[in-house]
Amino acid sequence: MRSQAIAIALVLACGVAMYVAYFSTFDSLQSTRAAYYADNRFADLFAGCKRAPRSLIDRIRAIDGVAQANVRVVVDVTADLPGVTEPMTARLISMRFPREPVLNDIFLRRGREPDPARPDEVLVSESFAKGRHLDLGDRVGAVINGHHRDLQIVGIALSPEYVYALRSGDLLPDPTRVGMFWMEERALGAAYNMEGGFNDVAIRLAPGASEQDVAAALDRLLEPYGSFGTVPQRLQTSSWFLNNELRNLQTAGVYVPSIFLLVAAFLLNVSLNRMVAIQREQIAALKAVGYTNLELGLHYAGFSLIISVAGAVAAVGIGKWLGVGMVEMYNRIFNFPTLVHHVSPVFVVRALGIGAVAGLAGALTAVRHVVNLAPAEAMRPPAPERYRQTLVERLGLQRHLSPALRMILRNTASQPIRTSLAVLGVSLAVAILVIGLFFIDAIEGLLHIQFDVTQRQDVTLAFTEPVSANATYALERLPGVTQIEASRIVPVEIRHGYIWRRAAVSGLEPNPELNRVVGASLDPIALAPDGVVLSQTLGDVLGVRTGDVVELRVLEGTRPIRQVTVQRLVDDYMGANAYMTLDALHKLMREAGSLSGAYLRIDPALEAALYRELKTTPMVAGVLLKRAMVQSFKDTIMQNMMTMIVINVIFACLIAYGVVYNASRIILSERGRDLASLRVLGFTRREVSGILLGELAVIVVAALPVGMLIGQSLSALLTWAMSSELYRFPLIITGRTRLFAVLVVLIAATISGLIVRRRVDHLDLVAVLKVRE
Amino acid sequence: MPTRSVFSLRDVTKVYRMGEVDVHALRGISLEVTAGEFLVFLGPSGSGKSTLLNIIGGLDTPTAGHVNYLEKDLTEAGEAALTDYRRHHVGFVFQFYNLIPSLTARENVALVTDIVANPMRPEEALDLVGLTPRLDHFPSQLSGGEQQRVAIARAIAKRPDVLLCDEPTGALDLATGVVVLDAIDRVNRELKTTTAVITHNSAVADMADRVFSMADGHIVQEKRNARRMAASELQW
Repeated sequence: MRSQAIAIALVLACGVAMYVAYFSTFDSLQSTRAAYYADNRFADLFAGCKRAPRSLIDRIRAIDGVAQANVRVVVDVTADLPGVTEPMTARLISMRFPREPVLNDIFLRRGREPDPARPDEVLVSESFAKGRHLDLGDRVGAVINGHHRDLQIVGIALSPEYVYALRSGDLLPDPTRVGMFWMEERALGAAYNMEGGFNDVAIRLAPGASEQDVAAALDRLLEPYGSFGTVPQRLQTSSWFLNNELRNLQTAGVYVPSIFLLVAAFLLNVSLNRMVAIQREQIAALKAVGYTNLELGLHYAGFSLIISVAGAVAAVGIGKWLGVGMVEMYNRIFNFPTLVHHVSPVFVVRALGIGAVAGLAGALTAVRHVVNLAPAEAMRPPAPERYRQTLVERLGLQRHLSPALRMILRNTASQPIRTSLAVLGVSLAVAILVIGLFFIDAIEGLLHIQFDVTQRQDVTLAFTEPVSANATYALERLPGVTQIEASRIVPVEIRHGYIWRRAAVSGLEPNPELNRVVGASLDPIALAPDGVVLSQTLGDVLGVRTGDVVELRVLEGTRPIRQVTVQRLVDDYMGANAYMTLDALHKLMREAGSLSGAYLRIDPALEAALYRELKTTPMVAGVLLKRAMVQSFKDTIMQNMMTMIVINVIFACLIAYGVVYNASRIILSERGRDLASLRVLGFTRREVSGILLGELAVIVVAALPVGMLIGQSLSALLTWAMSSELYRFPLIITGRTRLFAVLVVLIAATISGLIVRRRVDHLDLVAVLKVRE
Repeated sequence: MPTRSVFSLRDVTKVYRMGEVDVHALRGISLEVTAGEFLVFLGPSGSGKSTLLNIIGGLDTPTAGHVNYLEKDLTEAGEAALTDYRRHHVGFVFQFYNLIPSLTARENVALVTDIVANPMRPEEALDLVGLTPRLDHFPSQLSGGEQQRVAIARAIAKRPDVLLCDEPTGALDLATGVVVLDAIDRVNRELKTTTAVITHNSAVADMADRVFSMADGHIVQEKRNARRMAASELQW
C-alpha cells in the first residue's frame, strides 16, 4: 500500500499545488494592483475630447461627486528609432514637473524628472525602454504635428494606466512597438497647439458618489468640445485586461485543481475500498473483540487523512515554487513597479483543508463499508466470484482464445463495477492530458481564426482623421501594396436599455476579402445593406437578439444618435465587435464616403520600402503589422502560456502515472493468488506477467475513447468558464493532442506494468498455497 | 517393484528467519524415492512436512544439503530452471485447490496442457477423476470435492513424473475425501506416477507404499506397508 499511498498523495499534491499556485498568484497580483492603484492615485473615470479650454477644469471639479480632477494632453504620434524600419507608436502624455500629487501619477524607476526648462526631455515607459533597449541619455525621434523632433530620455517610468500597455487596434501588448513618453506640459502643449487646452480628463470620485451621474455630467460638459465619452476604471483598457486576467486566473484556480482533486479522491476511494475488502476478516475480528464502528471508521478515515494531508503539505511548497514562476511570467506581461509572489497563511490553511476534505471524501464509502460490515459474516470468506462466458465467447469465438486470454476477458467482464471504475480512473488520466494540451490547440486555433481566416490583411492603417474615398488612390501608389480594402471605423456607445458598451463600428465592403466577418463555422458572412452585425459576446452583454434595435451614440464628428436594427449576431472568437457595410455606416453618419483607415495586402519583398514611406505619410496615424502582431503573440503570450501548459501537462503526466499505477496495483492485489498459483504450476514469470499486463491493457484500451470524451466535455466546460468579452477559445482538439494523451497513458501504463511485473516476479508462492481464498 | 531412484535427499536443512528467531523447519533429512512409489508424510502442524514437499516440488530451496531429481541437483538450479522443472515434471494438489475461478474445469486443465509437450486431453484427465459431466462448470459451481478433483486432473494432465499433494483432503468431509484419495490412488496405480501425499490424518497412511512420520524437522519413523489399502477401505 505504501507505493499506492505515495501515488495518491502525488495526485492530490498536484491538485493542491495548482490551487496554491493559482490563488497565491491571484492574491499577489490583486494586492499589488490595489497598492499600485492607491499609491499612484489611479483614476475612477477617464474621459477624452478633441480640445477643451483649461478653464473648464473648475467646472469639472465642481461636478457633484468629484473628489479630484486632472486634465492633460495625450497624443499618439509616430516614433522613429535609428535602425528600426517598422513604424512605432509613441504616446505623448503631458505632465507638470516637478510632479504634483496628480491622478494617474507615474512611478519613476530610474533617472530624474524632465527639466521644465528643457522641452525635449522625456520620461519613457519601462516596457518600451526594455523592448527597444533604450537607456538614460538615449534619443528617440517623434513626428510631432508634422515636425520631426528629437526627444531625450532622462528617466524611466511606469504608470497604473499602462500596466497592460495595449495600443488601440492591437490584440496584445507589444513593448517594442508602442511607448509612452511623459513630457513637460508646456512643451507638449506648445508642440500641439494645445497651450491653454486639454484633451484628456481623469477623475477620482468622492466616497459614495455615483459613477454614472458624474460620467453623465462630465459628458455634458465636454460635449461641445468633441467628447469621446467617459470610461469608468473597470473599462479602461489596461485595467479591463488586468481584470480579465485576474478573473481567468481565478476561474482556472477553481476548475483545474478541482479536476485534479476529484481524480485524487476517486483514487483514494478505489484504493481504500480495496484495502477494506482485503482486510475484512481483520476488521471482523476487531469488531468481534469489541472495537466500535467509530474506532474502526476513524482508523480508515485517519489513514486517508494522513495520505492527503502529507500530499497537501508537499503541495504548499510546490505551489509556492510554481507561483513564483507564474509571477515571473506576469512580470513579463504586466508592468508593475514591483510584483513579488507571496503565499499568505490563509492559503496554506485552505490548502491543507482542501487536502483533508478531498481525503475524507475519498474515504467516505470505504468507511461506510467498514461500519456496515457484520462481524459474523465478515469472518467467513467472501462468496466466490461468479464467472460466465463473455459475449465474445458466446459468439462462438472461444476456440480462438487461449485460457489466459479467457481469464483476462472474464476477469474484466465479471466485475463490471470494478472494471468500470478502473476504466474511469484511467480515462480521467487521459482526460486531464487532453485538457492540459487543449489550451495549445485553442490558442493556435484562435490565432488561425484571427489571422488566417478573419484578418487576412498584412497591414492595417489608421488615418489621423476621416479622409475622402479618393485617399485609396494615394495608397495604391505606395510601394508593395497589392490589394486595398477601405474601412471606416466609428467609435460609438452601443446602448440597449440601460446597458451600454463602448465599441467601434467597422464599416466594411459588403463582401470583404481581407478583413472579413467570420462566424463559428469559419465561413465568411456577407453584410446586408442595412443594420448592424454584433459579436455574440457583445450581444450577450447588451442582452440583444437578432431583430432587436440598439441605440448607437457616435463619439465623433456631429455625434449623431441613431437607432439601428441588429441584423445578426456572429459567433466570433475575439473582441466585442460591431460591423456594418461602408454604405450603411456612411448613411448613418450622413457623410459622403469618408474613410478612416485601410487594410492592405502587401508584397513582402517591398515591406521595408513601404514602411519607410508610411512613416512619412502625414495622413497615417497608426500602422498595425499582422506579422509583428503574430510574432509578438508568439514571443510573449504564447511563451508564457506555454509555461502554464507545460506545468499542467507535467502534472497531468504524473496523475496519469498515479492512476495507471494504482489500477495495476489493484489488479495485482486481486489476481495475486491466481498468478501465484499459475507460477506454482510452472508458468514462467513472463507468462504470468502477460496475464496481469493483459488485464491492464484491456482497461487502458477501453479507457482511451472514454477519456477522449471526458476530455472533450471538460475542455468545453473550460472554454465556457474562461470565455470573456475579450476572447473565447474555440473548442478544437487536434489529433496531436489526442495522440500525446494516448502516448503518455501508454507509457505510464508500461512503466506501471514493469514495476508491477517486478512484484509478480517476487510473489510468495508458498504463502499463497496456505491461504483459503 | 520399481527400482529406479527418482529423488535423492541428503542432509536437507531449512532454516527460516521469522522476525528475531531462527525456525529450524527441517533438520538434516535424507531419503531416497524410487519411481512409481506412493509415499505418505504424517505429522502435526510445524513438523516440517510442507517445507519438505515444497523443496521436493521446486517451490523452495534448502538452506543446506542436496536434493537430486534424477541426475539434476535442484539445489543448484536457478529460478528459471525450477520453473521449468515444475512445469514439465511436477503435478501439485493443494489443500485449497488453487483453481483459477474465472476458468471452467476443462479450461483449468487446459491451462496446463497448453504449455507442455504430450499432455492428456483435458477431457481425458477429467474423466479419470470422474468429472466428465462437470466439464464446463466454473469452480464456484462445483463442490469442494469436485474442485479438488479438478485440481488433481490439472496436476496429472501433463503426465508428470511426480504428483505432490499437500493436505488434499484437509478441506473436505469424509465421503468427499475418499473420492479424492481414490482419484490420487488411481493415478499412481494406472499412470505409475510417483506420488507423495502429506497429511496429518494417519488413516491415509494405509494407502502408501512407505509412510514417514515427521516431528520437529526430523523423520522420526519410516514404515513400509506390506499391502496398500484402497481409499474406500480406509477407516477414520
